[in-house]
Parts: sequence; C-alpha cells; structure tokens
Amino acid sequence: MRLLIMTFFALTFTCGALAQEHQKGLLEKQVPAVQLKDMDGNTINTGELENDGKPIIISFWATWCTPCKKELNTIHDMYIDWQAETGVRLVAVSVDDERTKNRVVPYVDSKAWEYEILYDPNGELKRAMGVNNVPHTFLIDGEGNIVYSHNNYAPGDEYELYDKILEIQGLE
Amino acid sequence: MKLSFLLAGTLLLGTFQFLRAQGSISGNMETTYQYLVSDSAIGALQPDEKSLVNSFMNVNYRNQGFKAGARFEAYLPRILGYPDRFDGAGLGYRYLGYENELVDITVGHFYEQFGSGLIFRAYEDRALGFDNMMNGIKLNLRPYKGVTLKTVYGKQRVAFSEGKNQYAPAIVRGADLEFNFNQWFPKLAENDVRINAAGSFVSKFQEDNNSQFVLPENTGAYGGRLDLRYKKFYINGEYIIKEQDPSQDNGFIYNYGKGLLINAGYSQRGLGILLSAKSIDNMSFRSDRNATLQDATIGFIPPLTKTHTYNLAATLYPYASQPNGEVAFQADIIYKIKRGTMLGGKYGTDVSLNFSTSYEPMRRTDGITENDSSRVTYKTNIFENSGLLYWRDINVQIKRKLNKKWTVKANYFNISMNNDVLKLTNAKGIIESHIGVLDVQYKINRRHTIRAELQGLWTVNKKDRGNWATGLLEYTISPDWFFSAIFQSNYGNPNPEDQINYPMVFVGRIWGATRLQAGYGRQNAGLFCVGGVCRFVPASNGLTITFSHSF
Repeated sequence: MRLLIMTFFALTFTCGALAQEHQKGLLEKQVPAVQLKDMDGNTINTGELENDGKPIIISFWATWCTPCKKELNTIHDMYIDWQAETGVRLVAVSVDDERTKNRVVPYVDSKAWEYEILYDPNGELKRAMGVNNVPHTFLIDGEGNIVYSHNNYAPGDEYELYDKILEIQGLE
Repeated sequence: MKLSFLLAGTLLLGTFQFLRAQGSISGNMETTYQYLVSDSAIGALQPDEKSLVNSFMNVNYRNQGFKAGARFEAYLPRILGYPDRFDGAGLGYRYLGYENELVDITVGHFYEQFGSGLIFRAYEDRALGFDNMMNGIKLNLRPYKGVTLKTVYGKQRVAFSEGKNQYAPAIVRGADLEFNFNQWFPKLAENDVRINAAGSFVSKFQEDNNSQFVLPENTGAYGGRLDLRYKKFYINGEYIIKEQDPSQDNGFIYNYGKGLLINAGYSQRGLGILLSAKSIDNMSFRSDRNATLQDATIGFIPPLTKTHTYNLAATLYPYASQPNGEVAFQADIIYKIKRGTMLGGKYGTDVSLNFSTSYEPMRRTDGITENDSSRVTYKTNIFENSGLLYWRDINVQIKRKLNKKWTVKANYFNISMNNDVLKLTNAKGIIESHIGVLDVQYKINRRHTIRAELQGLWTVNKKDRGNWATGLLEYTISPDWFFSAIFQSNYGNPNPEDQINYPMVFVGRIWGATRLQAGYGRQNAGLFCVGGVCRFVPASNGLTITFSHSF
C-alpha cells in the first residue's frame, strides 16, 4: 500500500514537473475569444486583438461609472505621448447595457477619444476575463499575454500603468 | 476500496496536471461579510446569526476552442437585503462548450441576449442578486460572413435554495438571426453607410394549471430591429410583439403585448446628442406566469433614465421600468466648451444636459365589452399616453478643471416621481425634489488626491421624508489605498423622530486585481440599483467587509 502511495506521488510530481518545464503556466493567459460589436456594428473577435507586437491596454468601463471616465479621460490627455513612445493601443470595453448603451457613441465622440470601443452589453468578455466590477484595466504584452491588471481607479494610477508598459517594452 | 479511491485520485490529479499543462484558467471571486448590530433609531435588528456572508467564485477554463466553467456560491446566510431566494452553498453554475469560426455551442448554464434584450436577456448582476441564467443548450452559428444565428433552449434559474438551483416551470426557446449588410456590400462603408438588421423569435411553454381560465400553454414573441448609421448620424430601433400571455402581472388578460424602442443620435468632436423613445404595453414576459418582482424575466425592459451615481440622486427616488405599460422619452446633450475661451477656461468645460420623462399609456376601452369571454380589456396606440406622469428628471452637470490641482463639478437635478405607481414610500402622489451636488477634487501630488462632495435634497412642500444632506470626503493614495467618510442626514424630516443621521467610514486596499474593503457605520434604507434593476436594502448598522479577487 505504502509503495502504491509512493509511486502515485512520484508519478504525479514527475508529470507536474515535466508539464511545467514544457508548457506555460495555467494562469499565464491571453485574452479569451469572445465576439463583440464595435461602434460601427462590426463583429470583433477579442482573441484576435493585436497591435503589431506592441502592447494593448484593455479597459472595462461604463458611461455611468465616474472613476472609469476619469481614468479614460486622464489617459486620453497623455495618449499621444504614450503612443509615440511605446506604440500602445487602448481598447475600451463598455459594459453598458441597453439602458445606457446608446450613450456610448455621443460620449466617446464628444470627448474625442481615439480608443477602439467594444460593446459588452451582456458581460460576456467581462465574465470570461474575471472582472468583478468596473473600472478594471488589463495590460497585454506584444505576444498577447496578460501581464498586469488593476481593479479600481484613483488619480495617479495611470503612472503605474505607464511604468508597466515601459517595463514590458524594455524602455524603463 | 482503498485502491480504487487511490486510482480515482491519480486519475483526477493526472487530469489536473494535464489541465495545468495546457489551456488557461481565469476567474474571479468575491466575499461579502457583515456583522450587524441592533439600532432602534433606524429599526435595525441584529440577525440571530449576528454575522452574514455572501460568497462566490467563478472558474473558467479554456483550451483552444474548448471551454468549461463553474461557479460555487454560498449564502451562509445571505447578506442583508439580498433576495430571500438564496441560501446554502453549492454549485450554482456550470457549463461545457466548444467554439470555432463557425459554431459556438454551450451546454449547461449560459447567459445570452437578443438585440436590446426586450425579447430575451439572460444575465446576472451579482451585487443585486439577479441571475436569470438558462440551463440548457445554446448554439450560435456564423454560417456566412455578416450572418449570425443564435439559438437558445432551456429553463431559467429563479432561486438557489439549500445550495441547489431552482428553475422556473416554463421551457424557453428562441432564435435570433442578424445580418450585417456591410460585410456583403463593401460599397456601403465607402459611402459611410452602415446597416444591421435582425429578427428574433422566442417562445415559452408552461402547462395550464389554472382551473378558472383556459390558458395558452405556448406563448410566442417576435420582432425585429434595424440599425442605420450615416457618417455621424445614427438611428436604431427594435419592435417586439408578444402573443397572449395571461399572467399575475397583467391580471390574466388576453391582450397582445408590444414594445418599441428607438434611439437617434448625432455626434462630433466636442458634441454628442441622443434622443430616445420607448412605448411599452403589456410586455411583462416571464417563464412563470405567476412570478412577480424580478423573478424569471425572459425579456428586459430598459428604463429610459440616466443612471445617477451621487448618493442622494441615485438612492432616494430612482425609477424602475413599468412592464405593464409606459410611454417614455429621453434627451441627452453632451457638450465641451472649447479650451482657451472665456467660458471654457484653460482646459475647456464639460456640460451635460439630460431630460427624461415617462407616462402611463392611454388604454382605450371604446368598442370593447368589458369582462367578455375574450378577456381583451383595452387597446393602446404606440406613443399615446394618458397624461398621467410616472416620472420626470431634468438634470445638468458642469465640470471644469481649474488648474493642475483643482477640478470642480456642479450638478443640479429636478426629479418628479409618481409614488402611487412606484410605491417607494408611504407618501401619496407625485414627490418632486430638487437636488444639488458640488464635487471638488484636489490633487495633492501624483499619488495623493482628496475629493469632497456636498449634496442637498429638498422635496417640494417637504413631502415624504423632507430634506436631506450628504457630505463625503475621500482620500486616495494611488495605486493602493483609499479612505472615505460619508455623512448622510435626514435633517429636514417633517417627523422630528425620523431626523436621523447616517455616518459611515470606509477603508480599502488594492493589490492589482485584488481588493479588500471595510465599511463601518449606519446605512440608510434605500433602493440599490444597477442597470435599471433595483433591490431594496433595509437600514442597518454594523461592519461590512468585502474581498474581491480576479485571476
């Protein structure tokens, strides 16, 4: 019996070690593939979002979420510089449902955001990415791996985000 | 016995190791813990258990096209004000699925929405305790570019008792076919035209178990929607007809139901305009004809009102959609006064105006014999209202960044709510209130920010609970700490005994995607609303700790 238990443990640990050696970890992940609409009504597969080997920010927001708008408006003021320095691209995923979804286009245009906007009215991507509440911001590296995420927004959080972008770009 | 146990264990661990090696896991969890005390001034009683907890964890696994997931949930017992249909601990949600370019199939539990959701919306809002997910099969097809077919078949969850899901009696099945014409005719996009069109059909089957009426066991609903854009203009609409659906909600009448939603907008740099209209008649559509409140809803009727976020504007007199009928309109203007002008200041000034109103529909009874065997009791015309006001909200917000340190927001709201219809308190008739909010932010340095809110609410003629004031102070240290204190007072209640103060303090710590928050103090009774669905939370006094984490 003892032998059996020993063999069992030895086996599982070997399997585990082998697996870890050859494969990426289970929690090192990429953006899940969910079909969402953009502002023009086109269907976008979120698993295929890419930025030519440069990082992508995915920010979950809503028109009724004051800190979300604060975050995106703050980044907007610095976006030109961020793009020039790192080539980063921001995708803002609106979780507005039918009640407020139609407010997205007028709001985005009036603020002149240059972000790509995606609609997630029934929380498909939100659920797939494990978002509890908005704002929640993810940073994706050039290979498509999620390397950082932050829930909540307080003024100044944009600096931490930008430091992370510089870090993964090796520009720090 | 031992051997088989061990073998099973090995198999399980082996599977786990296989999973570890491939694919990825993501998910999230949240735990809310409350320790409550009695407080006679607000009529709050300590629950027998003294402490309460709500908790859930979602785990999603994906490997190439394969997906699977589960949610464990626990209500031991549920937190104060959470719907009483939740208790125990167990598996509340599980699914298996596969997805490629052509198909997306899910078996088990799933969420889905057709169009605006008016005909079908299975969704969750964990904060509210709302979850009408389906248990069954979902098959989505993308057979041709620009064509999406969604089909659903299943039963809806209504409760979670003793750790097990309870489902509504009716079987719900539906299909939605959508065409994106731009993917067929590239010329359209070249001319800045975008066209999407779709049609939906949803039907429910519930056995006729009523001795008084002959009830239709199958009730169908159908309709279509259209979305047109030309340059900076857009217009979209959806129209849904529901067949005879006698229910508790409509008093077992045999009228058809109908619902229309229209949105039109125009936007350019610095300006956004949105006009919306809604006409609803007898559109309560549930997978249990005897259900009430937020139970077993198949369709979702969005309220045409702005979602307010300031405490007094959001919690005291909110609006909820009236599925039996309403005629509603909304207008929104967002404008940015240019920077460098006298009115705009150094950074520009943001102005937003919002107006929303809702009325009772005109129910015409001419030519209708009341109480005849048809049980069709009235007729309505789209957008025709009886003149009886349900709700009106006029609000304006002005935001200006004064300099690098200071940002100021000023808000005014004028809200009139028909309490005979919405029945939020015991007051009769229309309660009109004026609300003013001043929101000032001061950035001390890159990481430290202080923000204060001063809010006042005055009801006309001191109706209902009279006047209120709220003060809030918030201190944040980016990226990981926040502290806030809120003081709400019903100082102007006509009844001196009810002139109650509600002080609360909060502290929170954030580590990336992990958040721990504690709040202590007295909480006012009120409606807690997200996205047009509300739950009533009774007054309480005590400690609430929330922990959330994403992975």
